[in-house]
Amino acid sequence: MPTPNTPLWEVFIRSRNGLAHKHVGSLHASDATLALQAARDIYTRRGEGLSIWVVPSNAITASDPSEKGMMFEPAESKIYRHPTFYDVPDEVGHM
Amino acid sequence: MYTQALNSSDGDDRGIEDAARAAAFQARIDDDERIEPNDWMPAAYRKTLTRQISQHAHSEIVGMLPEGNWITRAPSLRRKAALLAKVQDECGHGLYLYAAAETLGTSREELVDLMLSGKAKYSSIFNYPTLTWADIGTIGWLVDGAAIMNQIPLCRCSYGPYARAMIRVCKEESFHQRQGFEIMVTLCRGTEEQKAMAQDALNRWWWPVLMMFGPPDKVSQHSDTSTKWKIKRFSNDELRQKFVDATVPQAQFLGLTIPDPGMTQNESGNWVYSEIDWAEFNQVLAGNGPCNRERLAARRKAHDDGAWVREAAAAYAEKRKARLLAQAAE
Repeated sequence: MPTPNTPLWEVFIRSRNGLAHKHVGSLHASDATLALQAARDIYTRRGEGLSIWVVPSNAITASDPSEKGMMFEPAESKIYRHPTFYDVPDEVGHM
Repeated sequence: MYTQALNSSDGDDRGIEDAARAAAFQARIDDDERIEPNDWMPAAYRKTLTRQISQHAHSEIVGMLPEGNWITRAPSLRRKAALLAKVQDECGHGLYLYAAAETLGTSREELVDLMLSGKAKYSSIFNYPTLTWADIGTIGWLVDGAAIMNQIPLCRCSYGPYARAMIRVCKEESFHQRQGFEIMVTLCRGTEEQKAMAQDALNRWWWPVLMMFGPPDKVSQHSDTSTKWKIKRFSNDELRQKFVDATVPQAQFLGLTIPDPGMTQNESGNWVYSEIDWAEFNQVLAGNGPCNRERLAARRKAHDDGAWVREAAAAYAEKRKARLLAQAAE
């Protein structure tokens, strides 16, 4: 029996500066333990992070690029959601 | 590293695509938008990138062999630690690139098999032997130097996963070039024999390094589509000239002579090099370089020797999964 293709994992790393885990790439590993070890070797050779998440790639549900108009256009037309939409008199200074 | 020579595209396969989608795709490229894995793309764009990125990945992996040759014989612990880290980086670069190539829909296993069967190419430069320690210095200085010239424009390539992988690679590659140049400085400030060894390595590597940038623009057939798709942003000859102009002063600093007696500097400051022996390049690409057979044999042996590890890891994962399922059922 041929060896099955090794599962794909997505790797997320939290850097030192306390920001959220950020996607850095993907790798193949047969289980979660090996995926973590491989992520350490591949993505943190220069102290890039203090915490790693690995997630099976097939567990991710992604939005459909062909529907991005429907998904994101409603936010784009609402400029009044941004602070720069509002005028504050110069005399008031920074707000 | 290392793929300018492999940047060829399959522009001829188009025509059957939906013209409107193709036009919308090209409009996105012209707007400098990044193309992402789930976006619609022409089949030829997918095929070109799969080949280019996977061949780039193969080059990183095969590139570990000539340098790995010197890990056990590095002249000091400092040099050995640095070389070990560099070879480990090359492996990492190969893995980032395989991951980027896979997003186009071909599995890692298929890509690796294409390399092992000899169907997929890797950079011709790794079919040359590393005969002395000075070769390790020269590879870092020139081969990685040429690679950086090629790779920096790829950080802005239109395909998102490739561009992101290249950003990581470029950050790490700078250490490679500097460690190589440091080896050369040390040798050139050393004994007569050491300096002669550095000169000998430069003599052997100079022309193969210039070939890394690929065939001259006048005979490079595939560049147009890659340029239109913003996979390629500079021509082979433009990058080669940039590299030569950057390298000549470094060689002068080292007190080494570039093995091209006909080289002259023109009025605009560019160094004009002599005709490159493209017959040699074609021979190496065709599989007849000094080390082609040895490199492929080494990769095949590593792949075969590792088969039991892959099988054992897969069997262990299966067993654990079955045990968890059984526990959950209890």
